[in-house]
Amino acid sequence: MDKLLEVNQLTKIYAQGSLIARTLITAADNISFYIKPAEIFTLAGESGCGKTTTSKIILGFEEASSGKVLHKGREKGPKEKVWLTSGVQAIFQDPFSTFNPLRTVDSYFFETVQNYKLAETQKEAIDIIDTKLQMVGLSYKEFAGKYPNEFSGGQLQRISIARSLLTDPQLLIADEPVSMVDASLRMAIVNLFKKLRDEYGVSVLYITHDLATAYYVSDRIAIMFRGNIVEMGSVEQVLMDPKHPYTRLLRDSIPQADPKKRWKDRITLAELEQDEYLRQGCKFAGRCPQVMDICKQKIPADVIVDGVQVRCHKYG
Amino acid sequence: MKDNTILRTDHLKAYYVLDVHGTKKVAKAVDDISIEIKENEVYGIAGESGCGKSTLLKALFNSVEPPLRLIDGKVYYRVNWDEVEVTSLSPEEKRKLRMEYISYIPQGSMSVFNPVQKIKETYKDFITSHVGGQSRDEMYELAQKHIVELGLPKNILETYPHQLSGGMRQRVTIALAALLKPRIMIGDEPTTALDVIVQRGVIQLLKDIQAKLKNTIIMVTHDMGVHANVADRIGIMYAGKIVEEGTTENIFERPFHPYTQFLINSLPKFGDKRDRESVPGSPPNLTDLPGGCPFHPRCPHVMEICTKEMPGFCRPIEDHRVACWLIGEGEHGQAA
Repeated sequence: MDKLLEVNQLTKIYAQGSLIARTLITAADNISFYIKPAEIFTLAGESGCGKTTTSKIILGFEEASSGKVLHKGREKGPKEKVWLTSGVQAIFQDPFSTFNPLRTVDSYFFETVQNYKLAETQKEAIDIIDTKLQMVGLSYKEFAGKYPNEFSGGQLQRISIARSLLTDPQLLIADEPVSMVDASLRMAIVNLFKKLRDEYGVSVLYITHDLATAYYVSDRIAIMFRGNIVEMGSVEQVLMDPKHPYTRLLRDSIPQADPKKRWKDRITLAELEQDEYLRQGCKFAGRCPQVMDICKQKIPADVIVDGVQVRCHKYG
Repeated sequence: MKDNTILRTDHLKAYYVLDVHGTKKVAKAVDDISIEIKENEVYGIAGESGCGKSTLLKALFNSVEPPLRLIDGKVYYRVNWDEVEVTSLSPEEKRKLRMEYISYIPQGSMSVFNPVQKIKETYKDFITSHVGGQSRDEMYELAQKHIVELGLPKNILETYPHQLSGGMRQRVTIALAALLKPRIMIGDEPTTALDVIVQRGVIQLLKDIQAKLKNTIIMVTHDMGVHANVADRIGIMYAGKIVEEGTTENIFERPFHPYTQFLINSLPKFGDKRDRESVPGSPPNLTDLPGGCPFHPRCPHVMEICTKEMPGFCRPIEDHRVACWLIGEGEHGQAA
């Protein structure tokens, strides 16, 4: 099997406003990508680019307006939730709201073990839980009977990863898993993804706005902008030699931890987010330094340049 | 106080005194901090969450309110060439300094503006309470001139806060903080939670303001990349103490303290996929600090003395100080 998860021409349209003055926002516009086994695939972009919408559709929290999601070659039904098949598990952004503050953290683990009938006895269950906690650098002893407020954010995020590992999933969908965690502890989480991929063959759909960690962990990356995948390819090619002007701007705007690499040029910021969504043609045309007439009229088609898929008129 | 020092603290201690189920808990958020901040510089304060960075800013802004208490130490501002000890001022005198001499840029700009009033009303309130004696039109003109000077669209005065994007709201907040041309501006994570491109725009605005007013910016953020781009000098905070301080170049190129080394080396870089380690362990609990150097439980170079005594500051190179037993004992009586 070379495609673990495939997303095929996915489109999601949200309606905003009242019945009379309604605007339609295309949060995901004809999105296609796939994830191979034992691969970390990153979906990156700024807030409001549609990356979370895409993950919600994959997880079955939202219904797509059109398009397909295939898990191991089988199409997901409209009401079916892929993650219930135990092969796909999710990790969310805010570790503090993942767990109910009035319940002990271990109760979630026992519940998952029960739901999936992973163990016969209490002792077996504890063994399974302990192995999974060891994988994220914790142990059952230091975690049993504790409430979420007794852990730090980084610990809780690792606990929520351990919980998702209970069912031995082949795919983790991680929506901004490090954005609430301190920069110094961020590496612990992304190193964990690396380890899961290399040692256990787990694939990760890593959804983030942090290109620096994306570069560090992922194999392939897709850059999203206002509902479009503007560039997709190997992380080395996309981030080290960006083809789309938006990818270049995004890459160059990350503050580098090197005082010799301070920004020199000035930038113009976006108009209102909604205006960009409603734009005809390429959504980036309003800010693009290399804008042409055609960009304002037609949405560019996907072209392959040096093995990288780009949605830009420059290459069309 | 040296000539170009604009703000100075002297063995500042500010603790949170909490009453939990009848037992007293003390969180030593600012523990014996002495810093000198110069005129016309950007001073960055870095550290993990819960290390006391924001509390230090509160103390510097002279806004210490229960449960936070000023235990010991002093804060000095240099106002019109006179050094003023500000913690003992009357509330009215404190209020006068605020926003006119020292202003504050908060992190969540959503709660800065009144959601049911237009931006211009906030400007009006601000101007009446600090400048006063102006007619409505004059105030509006002043606000408009200020907005345009900073390169923001002037029609934002006529909008409601929810109509602006997060980045625009943060820029308006910064513009408001700069309105009275304060000598010191304090930013508490002013760009955190913004998108990278928007963050770059906000930093661009901050730099523009600093270049124009030639004032001092004290900025707290945990993002070392932002520090590398903006700060002239950086103080690294750990468990309520400054453990290392130096110029931005030296902090990034020659960090001495093991904690600083972890902070710098754990950052992913483009074009370098080598494995990177995060700081081992978790940040300490400020109500229950380990003895000696608070970093010793996480430090790979821990020695016996580290568990017993806090080191003083050493100055291994010029304009640089570090509190670590690996470097030396430090100045006598100058505990970090």
